[in-house]
Amino acid sequence: MYVIVVGAGKVGYYLAKELVDQGHEVLVIEKDAAKAERIAEELGDISLMGDGCEASIMEMAGFGRADMVIAVTGDDEDNLVVCQVAKVKFNVPRSMARINNPKNEEIFKKLGIDSTVSATTAILAQIEQELPTHPLIKLLTLKGGGLEIVEVKVPEDSAVVGRRVGDIVLPPQSLIALVIDEKGEPRVPSGDTVVQAGDEVVAVTRTENEDALRGALTAPTAYGPYGPIDAQKR
Amino acid sequence: MKIVIMGCGRVGAELASMLDQEGHDVTMLDVNPGAFRRLPPEYGGEREVGNGIDQDVLARIGVEKADAFVAVTQGDNRNVMAAQMAKHIFGVPRVVCRIYDPIREEIYHMLGLETISPTKVGARLLKEALEREPATRGSGD
Repeated sequence: MYVIVVGAGKVGYYLAKELVDQGHEVLVIEKDAAKAERIAEELGDISLMGDGCEASIMEMAGFGRADMVIAVTGDDEDNLVVCQVAKVKFNVPRSMARINNPKNEEIFKKLGIDSTVSATTAILAQIEQELPTHPLIKLLTLKGGGLEIVEVKVPEDSAVVGRRVGDIVLPPQSLIALVIDEKGEPRVPSGDTVVQAGDEVVAVTRTENEDALRGALTAPTAYGPYGPIDAQKR
Repeated sequence: MKIVIMGCGRVGAELASMLDQEGHDVTMLDVNPGAFRRLPPEYGGEREVGNGIDQDVLARIGVEKADAFVAVTQGDNRNVMAAQMAKHIFGVPRVVCRIYDPIREEIYHMLGLETISPTKVGARLLKEALEREPATRGSGD
């Protein structure tokens, strides 16, 4: 596979090194002469000095025959332009952009760049996984549509403890897909499934309804469609 | 009209001053507060400090209510990204973007952005000036 890496910072350097080791044909484009030279010295003649956002350099680098372009400069805007130009002008089948601002993941998607990697997001996700008390963990974002799969642990004092799934008022376009009890036994819930304290509830929801879903499953007072209602049904 | 201008360089400041004098509601955005010194003393619009490719910043200064957005920072890619965000994320009806690199300008023009390449425009104006019939031969001889 012919892979073009734009940006020879630390990410670009190690990425290129690993890809070469895996046997791929690799080219690294870097503006800074010293960084480009370091690649050439240590990894072989696989670096091109120049601005990877400039079409003439892209042409010289052979974007037209690249199987994949990976933009890993330190600037989100440069990575966006590399990927957009690769896609639109050179028809590169796959491109990937490194992003710093996690919010740019969504923005890049809207602008046609589906594949982004963010160290910030990865670290945040790791923190969420490692904090067992965190009430809502995002497991997966589904392609398009703004739907995601999340996991919520039902606390002891939650208003839904002892209630039927069918009686729990969920935010719009949300549903409970799976209930895993404390012994790790998974159940596909019906309306009659009773939720217990300590259950892990795996649910589908929309990104904007995440907080409402967390409230519905964890708050000590039950939520109705118009806000908290008294837990009369307990 | 509410107009947001990103980049308080010479062009940005000049444009802001012109639009402000015509009575438009102008917001100037720049990462560097020192750049606002380029605005003339009589400029009556807003000055906002922030990065125009940060969604939170654009939301804070009310870009979704703007009728027009102009991206004129020194960085082509920054202009390209901010302009696309204004257009596709915040739905600003009129977006104009400066791109020095003529090839990049063509690509983004093709993608539906309203773009201006000062490189192309400047070169054309200079060429036209050269081709004009000289009025007199000058006093060199």
